[in-house]
Amino acid sequence: MLSKAIPWMRLSIGSFLLFSASVKADWEVNMTPGVTEVSQQVYDLHMIIFWICVAIGAVVFGIMFWSIFAHRKSLGVKPATFHESTLVEIIWTAVPFAILIGMAIPATSALIDAYDTAESEVDIKITGYQWKWHYDYLEEGVGFFSNLSTPADEINNLATKNENYLLEVDEPLVVPINKKIRFLVTANDVIHSWWVPEIAVKKDAIPGFVNEAWTIIPTPGIYRGQCAELCGKDHGFMPIVVEAKTQADYDVWLVDRKEAAAKERELRDKVWTLEGLMERGEKVYATNCAACHNADGSGIPPAFPALKGSAIATGPIEDHIKIVLDGKPGTYMAAFGPQLSPVELAAVITYERNAWGNSKGDFIQPIDIANMQAAE
Amino acid sequence: MSAVLESHGHDHHGPAKGLMRWVYTTNHKDIGTLYLWFSFIMFLVGGSMAMVIRAELFEPGLQIVQPEFFNQMTTMHGLIMVFGAVMPAFVGLANWLIPMMIGAPDMALPRMNNLSFWILPFAFALLLSTLFMDGGAPNFGWTFYAPLSTTYAPSTVTYFIFGVHIMGASSIMGAINIIATILNLRTPQMTLMKMPLFVWTWLITAYLLIAVMPVLAGVVTMMLMDIHFGTSFFSAAGGGDPVLFQHVFWFFGHPEVYIMILPAFGIVSQIIPTFSRKRLFGYTSMVYATSSIAFLSFIVWAHHMFTVGLPLAGELFFMYATMLIAVPTGVKVFNWVATMFKGAMTFETPMLFAVSFVVLFTIGGFSGLMLAIAPVDFQYHDTYFVVAHFHYVLVPGAIFGIFAAVYYWLPKWCGNMYDEKLGKLHFWLSFVGMNLTFFPMHFVGLAGMPRRIPDYALQFADFNQIASVGAFIFGATQWLFLFIVIKAIRNGKKATPEVWDNPEGLEWTIPSPAPYHTFTTPPDVK
Repeated sequence: MLSKAIPWMRLSIGSFLLFSASVKADWEVNMTPGVTEVSQQVYDLHMIIFWICVAIGAVVFGIMFWSIFAHRKSLGVKPATFHESTLVEIIWTAVPFAILIGMAIPATSALIDAYDTAESEVDIKITGYQWKWHYDYLEEGVGFFSNLSTPADEINNLATKNENYLLEVDEPLVVPINKKIRFLVTANDVIHSWWVPEIAVKKDAIPGFVNEAWTIIPTPGIYRGQCAELCGKDHGFMPIVVEAKTQADYDVWLVDRKEAAAKERELRDKVWTLEGLMERGEKVYATNCAACHNADGSGIPPAFPALKGSAIATGPIEDHIKIVLDGKPGTYMAAFGPQLSPVELAAVITYERNAWGNSKGDFIQPIDIANMQAAE
Repeated sequence: MSAVLESHGHDHHGPAKGLMRWVYTTNHKDIGTLYLWFSFIMFLVGGSMAMVIRAELFEPGLQIVQPEFFNQMTTMHGLIMVFGAVMPAFVGLANWLIPMMIGAPDMALPRMNNLSFWILPFAFALLLSTLFMDGGAPNFGWTFYAPLSTTYAPSTVTYFIFGVHIMGASSIMGAINIIATILNLRTPQMTLMKMPLFVWTWLITAYLLIAVMPVLAGVVTMMLMDIHFGTSFFSAAGGGDPVLFQHVFWFFGHPEVYIMILPAFGIVSQIIPTFSRKRLFGYTSMVYATSSIAFLSFIVWAHHMFTVGLPLAGELFFMYATMLIAVPTGVKVFNWVATMFKGAMTFETPMLFAVSFVVLFTIGGFSGLMLAIAPVDFQYHDTYFVVAHFHYVLVPGAIFGIFAAVYYWLPKWCGNMYDEKLGKLHFWLSFVGMNLTFFPMHFVGLAGMPRRIPDYALQFADFNQIASVGAFIFGATQWLFLFIVIKAIRNGKKATPEVWDNPEGLEWTIPSPAPYHTFTTPPDVK
């Protein structure tokens, strides 16, 4: 076992010191009431049920512990001989039943509200990928990936952890306040679950299904959540950040987004140098590839092979492009063709062929990738 | 054939000598012992994986293991505890106790009994061997949701599938044997409604096993087909349905969780009357409550799936059905409390475990009731609140039930008393460790920590640290349990046939230790 386990183990001696510096005392013990009407309703329901349970517990355990103190053999008590009573059994069947009906009524109405996705004003399609989220604004034609932005050094205890450790992304989901937003939730590979506690939305993202959820956020702010369904290695590293903005700010953001997309298209058509692609490729690699293949290209064998000196990264460029675009079935290697732009694809392939001592010196232009994709 | 003739030729012969005694044995006491030791070994193996999990979660950041290996640990911990520790321990107790409780000479199908035990080590050898293979052990959680466990699984998933097949075969054989024994080999005067509750709860459990283990075998076979034979049961790309997997799995999985608790209900119902010196309150209602729980367990499976996008009507049905389980479960708890009420109680180790079972299992029941409320479950689902919930019903439920049973019947099995002081120490350390581990998990779960993550945001750090300390206490304490049992077997004080103060049941009418063959003629029942 040990010989297999050692590659997985990475002891960090400095971890205690680094961690203790960043500890903030936080003893939160309860669910958030959240910011939306639905989340408040859910919180109220949670508290009602909690207090009912506390009350029942107090009575039952009260009687039990009183018996434990008063009816001990060491006090010289004689045991009673009763052992059944139909009346008592009927009472303690009927009373809990009545309490349950009392609980079911508000629960039913809260559930009906949560299911009412009609008359939405903004529709956003959410797609879960291993291990990131993709957001599509259906009416606007805007779409982008949202990746974890916590640096690997913080995760590996080489740097002090920041306040939003593991709860921060490069591109948050931006939404307007006071609009009914409908989420259409699906997945590309395995099942994920999109969860933001403060708006009380948790919906499984399932390949082949489109689930619906909705929210109306009344106040601007940043709301953080995480993937809630085990989805493989980096399940713990695909957070969700929702940024709610006023309508005016949201509109400005949308314009910026669209301009950025147009700029990306221009970049696709220009002729790139090796240095330009390398610089861009390093960033793309850190966001999309380093989780499995490591920042230094050493991988985590055997599941995640090294790229440094690998047959693919130092062999014919056609094979390299193919595996990045189409993935490798039966392994963890996903198809990045549909996930990254031609610029990002060309940059990252070039980077992998020329980094960490790989020195092929060859590179590919984004426009060639775009043409290959168009031809397929 | 000659062996058969020989054993019929001699009455009252003792066990065979040497190691082969254990390989060839068809004696219910020997097989019970094998099951119990096997389950304890698995308890330590599964427990050591929990220690790896808690060590990694001691503080934020990745320290001891990488995420890939962490997922293997959570998966194997769950599988081994469910199928290797809890279930075989209950079958072991059934083997030892049911024939002695109903006045039978042995189990009805002794050779199948031998087989159902001896295929288990092979099943777990298959499962555990994956840890040493390329690709590593199963890493998709003990619930192995497709397509993470099919299209995206490591290649070792096939070993897991065959391991589960063998475990299922073992459980089905064990269940058939228990039903055949209870229905056919009771001493003539023991009518069904005179059976001890442990026998009743096991009879119902055995029916649950026969009903759902084939469903588990079916779902893993569908996985096998998807992986190796090109079918698409669970692959959306091929016209299949990943949610179908969850429906089939939980149709097995929900009765399964009752399989892990009903025998413990039976154990506690034996122990509380003995140490309260008062008959069990509401025996008949206990039998009906257990049957109701078993029935309801078949119609609540989708409460594990409130967030998959069930239609509203489906959510409401499964929410109402799940809430209903609180009624028969409540009846059981009230009956146990009424049994203690106006008794004359003492608190030997079995009673301590039984009383804490009632309290802590009820806490797990309360969180279960909260989880049943579908709109609120959207916030609880797949968080540490769920982890806290099911560990509260399984650790102080199933595991404490097994501990209680071992302390209660060990003097009957080996003829010697355990050390009462050490037994109490084991209880208190387990009690404190267990609560320290799992109670804070309610808090981090409510505050938003998802389950099955190897690293977490900083606001969860403090409670996770407490949970890890509790887990190390609980884990280390179980070596004390091993020491107590060995000490009792080797040089404990001699036990009387009754062992306790006037306990009820046929097993207390025979000498301690129980002779190799008991009740060769049917005993009388009062």
